Amino acid sequence: MSRIKEAFGRGKAFIPFLTCGDPDLETTLELCKAIEDAGADLIELGIPFSDPIAEGPVIQKASLRALSGGVTTDKIFDLVDKVRKTVRLPLLFMTYANVVFSYGTERFVKTATEIGIDGLILPDVPFEEKGDFEPICKMYGIDLISFIAPTSLERISIIAQEAAGFIYCISSLGVTGMRDKINSDIDKMIGLVRKSTTVPTAIGFGVSTPEQAAKLAEKSDGVIVGSAIVKLIEQYGRDAVPYVFNYAKKMKLAITK
Amino acid sequence: MSKGRFGTYGGQYIPETLMNAVIELEQAYEHYKNDEQYNRELTSLFNNYVGRPTLLYFAARLTKDLGGAKIYLKREDLNHTGSHKINNVLGQSLLAKKMGKTRIIAETGAGQHGVATATAAALMDMECEIFMGAEDTRRQALNVYKMRLLGATVHPVSSGTATLKDAVSETMREWTNRIADTHYVLGSVMGPHPFPTIVRDLQAVISKEIKEQMLEREGRLPNAVIACVGGGSNAIGAFHHFINDKSVRLIGCEAAGRGIGTFDTAATISTGKIGIFHGMKSYFCQDEYGQIAPVYSISAGLDYPGIGPEHAYLHDIGRAEYVAITDEEAVSAFEYLSRIEGIIPAIESAHAIAYVLKLAPKLDKDKIIVINVSGRGDKDCAAVARFRGEEISDE
Ligand SMILES: Cc1ncc(COP(=O)(O)O)c(C=O)c1O
Repeated sequence: MSRIKEAFGRGKAFIPFLTCGDPDLETTLELCKAIEDAGADLIELGIPFSDPIAEGPVIQKASLRALSGGVTTDKIFDLVDKVRKTVRLPLLFMTYANVVFSYGTERFVKTATEIGIDGLILPDVPFEEKGDFEPICKMYGIDLISFIAPTSLERISIIAQEAAGFIYCISSLGVTGMRDKINSDIDKMIGLVRKSTTVPTAIGFGVSTPEQAAKLAEKSDGVIVGSAIVKLIEQYGRDAVPYVFNYAKKMKLAITK
Repeated sequence: MSKGRFGTYGGQYIPETLMNAVIELEQAYEHYKNDEQYNRELTSLFNNYVGRPTLLYFAARLTKDLGGAKIYLKREDLNHTGSHKINNVLGQSLLAKKMGKTRIIAETGAGQHGVATATAAALMDMECEIFMGAEDTRRQALNVYKMRLLGATVHPVSSGTATLKDAVSETMREWTNRIADTHYVLGSVMGPHPFPTIVRDLQAVISKEIKEQMLEREGRLPNAVIACVGGGSNAIGAFHHFINDKSVRLIGCEAAGRGIGTFDTAATISTGKIGIFHGMKSYFCQDEYGQIAPVYSISAGLDYPGIGPEHAYLHDIGRAEYVAITDEEAVSAFEYLSRIEGIIPAIESAHAIAYVLKLAPKLDKDKIIVINVSGRGDKDCAAVARFRGEEISDE
């Protein structure tokens, strides 16, 4: 069983997202430790891309901050190598197809595996295009995460049948970013997944408050939080670590009932 | 491999949220492209609203002055709204209407595609929202006004570099936000399948007409067809019906900006490498880590870091040639065509003309060249004046 799937065995999973190198790589390292200490179950590490089409303004800006700070894929590999010395949680890279493709997909996946990455999330690679990436991920033993969205409908069963690690359920139409209300029929989405696979589900896009997280965790196996954390980092910069720690603790508590 | 490939290029690299939308679009297109009623309506719009067929004009003074091959101009600048963009926009908007969509959204660079889309929305009584880089809304204030006049809402995009690529990204984001009633009218032969095919088919009317007109006038095919390439829609339109005629050279002219040896360039084939972006696998201007490069050209319509997947394929198999033209060369060609033929071309089209200034004198007088004049140059006069150190203003 993959380390990712295993992480869901410990109860409802809390999965925070960080943009690597925002505000700098040293802070990202500290944030990873703090998040683990706060009780997170997996960590999504964003490798910033210049043109992230699935992101709302908060993560777009974080990506640009990191890139203008001089962050590169190689520097992020070095960071993860350091993170792995203390952090034991499963780690996933979340980035865009071109970052992986331009590095050389096999070279990217091989290096990622060597430094202890467990999974890869590529929001611009749908089921139809996973052939460019999935066979290589399988060869090196990391999970390429599959997405389902409120528009997926009859696609859900074919996607779910081939999913590995966990299934990333997009809560709402649109891009990442905090939302007051999540209106989609999550129960129906998850119900369709459940008919096809036992792979765990995690809901992301728009989750920011403990109340939302608690509600979504009842419907699924885990909750992914990105923009709300990145916003704290935007606000507090290098001093963000205790704020993110407290927030993560609150969120984990909310989904553990 | 997935659908919509030209060799290994193309594909559908988009968020899952949009997948059913492009599948629905593909199915609708496969149906309507053979639907008699759809084709009748579109042809009627082309003939009675756009002004098709456009002229194939023999440029006698230009030919004489260059002293080589005979040069014809395909006058897409004479289309309603002033460029080839309307061919694609009317086809897609009519399709969207048949699909039951009530709202169309689009990106625009210089504003030509935005104005064309706003025009179609007015004509077909649809809601219309245009996304345009904040930089470009300042540079092309007149087109912003036109879009508003036509009833569209214009959203300035300030993310990223605030130019065309960011406008495309933002329009894709908006599409994921509201899909059920909305069609994204993509402006070039790019993006995820089926867009490169739909836009190509709609622009192919250009080469269909060139071929008929050329056979009627000269009784034979041209030796070369030359067009500017941003995403590549006017070029593919001008090439399409000649692709199997191996004797016809197909030449695409990219924007070199300040030169392909500088960072201020948008010449994708000359300076880019293969990548995956905006839904497609193709060539892109990018750094060694795959970050998309900020691009530059005096021409806002060619100021895009990628090229359509069919061009990438035609380049690889050697069926089409791609050359890079600098700002300076394009501006000189813009001025030259204006004086010698009394035709002010779009600065985009001037890139194709610039190449002909180099090529035509080297060819024999019995050779024939067709230049696709993709648009008219009114929109560019202020920028060209500024390039020459002159400020012009209506105030
Ligand atoms: C007049 C004109 N020509 C060419 C282009 C470039 O687009 P494409 O390469 O798709 O023809 C534009 C784009 O705005 C344009 O306005």
